[in-house]
Amino acid sequence: MRAISSFPDPEQPATGRIPPEVEVGLYRNMLRVRNAEETLAALYREKEMRTPTHFGVGQEGVAVGVCEALLPGDVVYTHHRCHTHYLAKGGSLLGLVAELYGREDGCSRGRGGSVHLTDRSVGLMGSSPILGQGVALAVGSALAFKMDGASTVAVSFFGEGTCDEGVVYESFNYASVNKLPVLLVCENNFYATESPLETRQPSGTRLCDRARAFQISAEKVDGNDVAAVYEAAQRALARIRAGEGPQFLECETYRWLEHVGPMFDHELARTYRTREEVEAWMQRCPVKRAGHRLLARGLATQAGLDEWRREVVDEMTAVVAQAKASPWPDPSTLFENVY
Amino acid sequence: MRNIKYSEALSEGLVQAMERDPGIFVTGIAVDYPSGIFGSTTEALRRFGPKRVFDAPAMENALTGIAIGAAAVGKRPVIVHPRNDFMFLAYDMMINLAAKWKYMYGGNAGSVPIVVRAVIGKGWGQGASHSQSLQSTLAHFPGLSVVMPAFPADAKGLTLAALTHGSPVVILEHRSLYDTTGPVPEEAVATPIGKAAVIREGTDITIVATSFMAYEALHAAQALADDGVSAEVVDVRSIRPLDEATILASVRKTGRLIVADTSWELCGFSSEVAALAAEKAFESLKAPVRRIALADCPAPVSHTLEKVFYPGATTIAKAALVMLGRRDSRLGEIDRADHFKGPY
Repeated sequence: MRAISSFPDPEQPATGRIPPEVEVGLYRNMLRVRNAEETLAALYREKEMRTPTHFGVGQEGVAVGVCEALLPGDVVYTHHRCHTHYLAKGGSLLGLVAELYGREDGCSRGRGGSVHLTDRSVGLMGSSPILGQGVALAVGSALAFKMDGASTVAVSFFGEGTCDEGVVYESFNYASVNKLPVLLVCENNFYATESPLETRQPSGTRLCDRARAFQISAEKVDGNDVAAVYEAAQRALARIRAGEGPQFLECETYRWLEHVGPMFDHELARTYRTREEVEAWMQRCPVKRAGHRLLARGLATQAGLDEWRREVVDEMTAVVAQAKASPWPDPSTLFENVY
Repeated sequence: MRNIKYSEALSEGLVQAMERDPGIFVTGIAVDYPSGIFGSTTEALRRFGPKRVFDAPAMENALTGIAIGAAAVGKRPVIVHPRNDFMFLAYDMMINLAAKWKYMYGGNAGSVPIVVRAVIGKGWGQGASHSQSLQSTLAHFPGLSVVMPAFPADAKGLTLAALTHGSPVVILEHRSLYDTTGPVPEEAVATPIGKAAVIREGTDITIVATSFMAYEALHAAQALADDGVSAEVVDVRSIRPLDEATILASVRKTGRLIVADTSWELCGFSSEVAALAAEKAFESLKAPVRRIALADCPAPVSHTLEKVFYPGATTIAKAALVMLGRRDSRLGEIDRADHFKGPY
């Protein structure tokens, strides 16, 4: 099984000193994202959402841990597996669900689909499915912030598969040369589509070293420990706001579902990873782990966790109904917003 | 009105736009060199300093993404490619992202009004990968505006228009034009994007031309007048959006059409205009449309090959005479000497 700390990067575990209200917020945000993704994946099987969708079930810890550490004005760019970041940054739930149903109330009014999400009101600038675009975009926004003397930070979420792309290194280089306020968050889930990291990168590759080669400080963290991600993001953001330039976080995590679509790989008899491997990672579920910590710290009771879960389920149920009732885009609007 | 050079007109348009909009900055390889992209960025650097005019590493794709990311939060970046051909490296960002940004987020992510300037090389053996002309490849994609100023007034006017436009604009500049001169208003007069210009009126034949070929077409039309041929010349200025109305009005008037472009025929701009005439002005055509474009091979280096590779004013004029059945003409070589001596 692919294990955390299979490479010798030092990793800082969570300190256990996160303020109670933050710890609770991290859990509840993850719970909401998890429920949204699982509900959408279940509904996707009805074949009413006609948009290729990359579910982020299992990877919530990275999105929530980083986004909770941001300030409201900070901006985020993300990739094809973007629902987690969109929701974690505060993107409209109705905007997401209606977008998947191709409706006018979708965040991109049914023109974008699952991989083109935006909610500028919360700084979720955009998601784009071509690997590496978001890295350059975040560096560009960071350039603008630095020009204006602002303390705002731009964040790019990208997968380890994106580290195969040349544009990433052009962007790292530029961000480093110009000491730009950008947080580079690599979600290492070990597979690009169905290609494992070891077939794409030399053996023993440490992604943090890629960043360090450009004099970017890098830290590796357990992406399934939301508290560890949150604290690592806070450390990185403090360095960025102190003018130290770009920071890189490698967050090891794992995607539970197939690359694109709502199924488990074993349902489709795919062999690029074993069912045992997937199930072992499901045992490392970031939501459950955060729940256990709340119970252990006495910050919640099991009844309280259950109540929070009911709240997110109720919210999602209502939003799905609202999204399905949302109007379809009018064909007469086909040419809107071309220029 | 005073006459100034094409390069000076570009510079003046840029400086006037930068005075009005503090969000404009200029970057790309060599923009802050003393040579200043044929002098077109020198004055902007002198006036606004290195915070707004600055060099970039060789990273065309990331640089374009960076410009888009800056534009997304309110800047208006200008990227310059001293060689058009390097822009291919930026096509992912230009085509997959910039061209679609406004549309694919349903208008809810705002717009990313970047301006991309790129120079088309020619002469002194620039060869296969330093002389291509990319308008057709870019104009294919909805969302990008692609303009090709041929004369100094439009070099300034389209720069001004691009720098207030609500979506990305690509300005293709032909290197043979930088030293040409023409009347240019001192005040900031924008040339509308999407509007062609009839730069010479005529009745026998229409020559629709792009960029440097508009300059060549005008020269050809003057020579044809000595032969009693009245040629109308349409400088398209904008490749996308294309001003169909002006082109079709001219074709309907003259009944004959030559399209002269700086690139190749196949799937190219010249074919597009030929198709336009065939679809929408067929009843007016008295002769088959003639396309004048590069020879269908990569650009060669050797001088003797370059000479037959590039069409010029002579090619256009002779094509017009053939189309009009003027076998009696004594028109000889009318191409102007190319004084460019490289290396760049």
